[in-house]
Amino acid sequence: MTDIGMKVDGLTVDLHTPRGTVRAVDGVSFTAHRGRTLALLGESGCGKSMTAQAVVGLLEPIAEVTGGSIDIDGEDLLTVSRKRRRQLAGPALSIVFQDALTALNPVVKVGVQLAEPYRIHRKMSAKAARAEAIELMRHVGIPEPESRADSYPHQFSGGMRQRLLIAMAVALSPKVLIADEPTTALDVTVQAQILALLARLRKEHDMAVILITHDLSVVAEEADTVAVMYSGRIVETGPVDQVFEDPRHPYTRGLLESVPVDAERGADLSSIPGSPPDLFSIPPGCPYQARCPLVMDVCRTSRPALVKTGDRAVACHAASASGSEGVSHAA
Amino acid sequence: MTSPADTEEAATKPNYLKMLLADPLAFIAAIVLLVVAFIAVFGRQLAGPTATQGDLALSRLAPFSTDHGWQYFLGGDLLGRSLLGRLMVATQTTMSVSVPVVLISLVIGASVGMWAGYHRGWRETLAMRIADVVLSFPSLLMAVVVLYIFSPSIASIIAILAVTRIPVYLRTARAESAELQSRVFVDAARTFGTPSGAIIRRHIFPIVLPTLLTVATLDFCYVMLAESSLSFLGIGVQPPDVSWGLMVAQGRDQLRTQWWLSVLPGLAIVITTVSANLLASWVRLATDPGQRWRLTTPRRRRRRRAVPVLEA
Amino acid sequence: MLLDVHGITKSFAVPKGRLRALDGIDLHLEKGETLGLVGESGCGKSTLARTLMLLERPDAGTVRFGGVDPFALRKTDLQRHRRRVQMVFQDPYASLNPRLTAAEIIAEPWRTHKDLFKTARERAARVRELLHLVGLRPSDANRYPQEFSGGQRQRLGIARALALGPDVVICDEPVSALDLSVQAQVLNLLNELQKQLSVSYLFISHDLSVVKHVADRVAVMYLGRIVETGTTAEVFENPRHPYTKALLSAAPSLRRADREKKEKILLTGELPSPIDPPSGCRFRTRCWKATDQCATPPPATADPATPGHIAECHFPLSLTAV
Repeated sequence: MTDIGMKVDGLTVDLHTPRGTVRAVDGVSFTAHRGRTLALLGESGCGKSMTAQAVVGLLEPIAEVTGGSIDIDGEDLLTVSRKRRRQLAGPALSIVFQDALTALNPVVKVGVQLAEPYRIHRKMSAKAARAEAIELMRHVGIPEPESRADSYPHQFSGGMRQRLLIAMAVALSPKVLIADEPTTALDVTVQAQILALLARLRKEHDMAVILITHDLSVVAEEADTVAVMYSGRIVETGPVDQVFEDPRHPYTRGLLESVPVDAERGADLSSIPGSPPDLFSIPPGCPYQARCPLVMDVCRTSRPALVKTGDRAVACHAASASGSEGVSHAA
Repeated sequence: MTSPADTEEAATKPNYLKMLLADPLAFIAAIVLLVVAFIAVFGRQLAGPTATQGDLALSRLAPFSTDHGWQYFLGGDLLGRSLLGRLMVATQTTMSVSVPVVLISLVIGASVGMWAGYHRGWRETLAMRIADVVLSFPSLLMAVVVLYIFSPSIASIIAILAVTRIPVYLRTARAESAELQSRVFVDAARTFGTPSGAIIRRHIFPIVLPTLLTVATLDFCYVMLAESSLSFLGIGVQPPDVSWGLMVAQGRDQLRTQWWLSVLPGLAIVITTVSANLLASWVRLATDPGQRWRLTTPRRRRRRRAVPVLEA
Repeated sequence: MLLDVHGITKSFAVPKGRLRALDGIDLHLEKGETLGLVGESGCGKSTLARTLMLLERPDAGTVRFGGVDPFALRKTDLQRHRRRVQMVFQDPYASLNPRLTAAEIIAEPWRTHKDLFKTARERAARVRELLHLVGLRPSDANRYPQEFSGGQRQRLGIARALALGPDVVICDEPVSALDLSVQAQVLNLLNELQKQLSVSYLFISHDLSVVKHVADRVAVMYLGRIVETGTTAEVFENPRHPYTKALLSAAPSLRRADREKKEKILLTGELPSPIDPPSGCRFRTRCWKATDQCATPPPATADPATPGHIAECHFPLSLTAV
């Protein structure tokens, strides 16, 4: 097996809102291997971005990590000192945000912004750091980096800004790179370029990439492993090919069937009834019960655990019932 | 997911009285304003003769004693008139200046501002330049000049103060309207062929109004003080008529010895302004369907409350 | 022919010059059909939609709706015309006034078109019908937009667009703000409504798989021009403009079979500025087949086998061997 880049175990995040406290991320565990891409897949509000923010330590003030561990090279990010955490940000772990325009400082030249990681972590001189920054721009495919280093972020197109952001994230060759919806704001032709860039950098730097997205097709093309999230929990995980060929959780199956791949023009698409439960009203038992075609009595009372079978795992009473007895007892 | 009870709750029309009772501060503010309004109308009759004819024996009487009847509970002024009575009489003058000033400048400023912000282009430029010109004059100086030329009557005070306050509302209304007119739901209304006046009334005004009310309550205080400055200069309210601002101004010399002469009228200004402000922020919540739950849901229940989202 | 657009251009003054948003657009729409309009951001899709909604007046060219030029209509006729074309907006959060209830939102168009219903009772009955039509419950009538989920809001937006009984509904990215599981519900609803009411859709989307599912015909836009049109099957199976081919290849596919079949074309370079677009073929700066000839305006060539399948290209793909 490949080297482990990061291991997240039982991560739990609570949100303290004016309407009360809710659990946005509920016991999420996953392992990201170096040189591989793990996709966190889910719809809006499922907790995938909150998970990413908790991992990089950028949660909103109303959010609080109330449990779990985030392990990189034997260090738990949740228990290390603030100073140590800052030292790890960059060389160990970095993030690419969705919105490149707001993630870059609008009044600082990009060459200076890209030089920052080198100045802070490697204590380089301004001149040496600038040279590194220009090299970095070339590395992520920005044409004429010497002259463009003196431009401001708004002078770049959306795709080029995303490249800048990726450049900044990989500057210190992190072990783990989190990409939070990196292509959602981009057009398809630009998306293809950015995804290709991410794939190349992942191989060159031997990074573990955690790709956070709602796009099934992007997951199918880019990821090795997928973790499907629903209502703050992972409901199914495994190698992408296996999960997408033979989904075991009814939610995963419902999502896959909702994609209009080759449905007849005018024919109805299969769709999942209803919408995800609000965080304030997650029912006891399985959060998917209200929309599930396979719902049973047990689903309304007992929360299904994530049951592992080989490389794959699924949190569903119906899937466990149809699987081997031994596995469902282990739950 | 959502219980039928929740559905009913959400489906009923908002009960403003119930929401007012649910917010104790806003409720007290409303009562205070009602009392002020009542005194403004009937104060002169209620106060009786001690408000205008002083008993020099009671000059500079200290407050908080009922030895000389309830009229003298707040003490007496330099001429021995009852301070409470004077305050009640002054309420009428104060309100008859500040309320019209605020209303006139609000209506004119808001209308022009919303129109300018909705249409953008030359209308916006023109309205804003005029507002800038008005604002660039020191408003009190302008008032002094105008009131020296014309006779200082209540009507001319109202007119001059209203003109100087119009830009405040105009700018606020224009900024919000300009932002709102680019919203998609305004575009949607345009696709039905809705005339611009109707769009402003239906989609712009209700959203801008709470902000304007908040500005108006703050401006209320400013207008009362501006009126008192004019009165102090002798070109505002003319004695024997009296206003709160004028009372503050007149009592200033006695602040060390007879503090109540200016502190109590000052308190009247503060209490009225704060009440108006509290009520305005309540209105802001109560008229916004997205915020209304803050008033209808008791604090202790919020933890358990579900946001009503139904299956599609 | 219900809608016929010929040669419309529209440009806007910007600080650096004139932004040419539409540069000679031809398209037509038949009754009951869906025309998919595909293109990337900045290609002019939204300006086209706004022009057809009469929110923008074209600088040149003609728009004919049932044979009539709506831009030449006077007040009352113009209002009547507006009933026939309505729009569903992309963002179901921003397109509904948060201060109005669902019933008020649906009835909003009737405030301007007062002659449609005589009594409040008729209006209320019609609101209930429309709610039912888009799959909402009668009890939803008094709810505010923020009490609905994204999918329900878009249903509400669709009900409002249907309130005036239009012949054409312009759907501007109607599902791109929705979650996948809800997206399918809304697409099914639009499909069902078209069967029931035989409305025509101009369906604008950047999501090729969605367009492939809903559209009878497809028009591909690039920098203010339509570079390829044809039936959905023709355009998707046998793209003739290099840009269409690149666009199709860039879209990620869910199924492994599709991925293996597909030849990946990664476009190089940037989208040129619409303020100063390339001469001749707009796409030549990024096209792998471009020659000097492409600096002259490309001819609109039809495929002899499928005459409706037109590409604006000097070297259309299926005629010259790839």
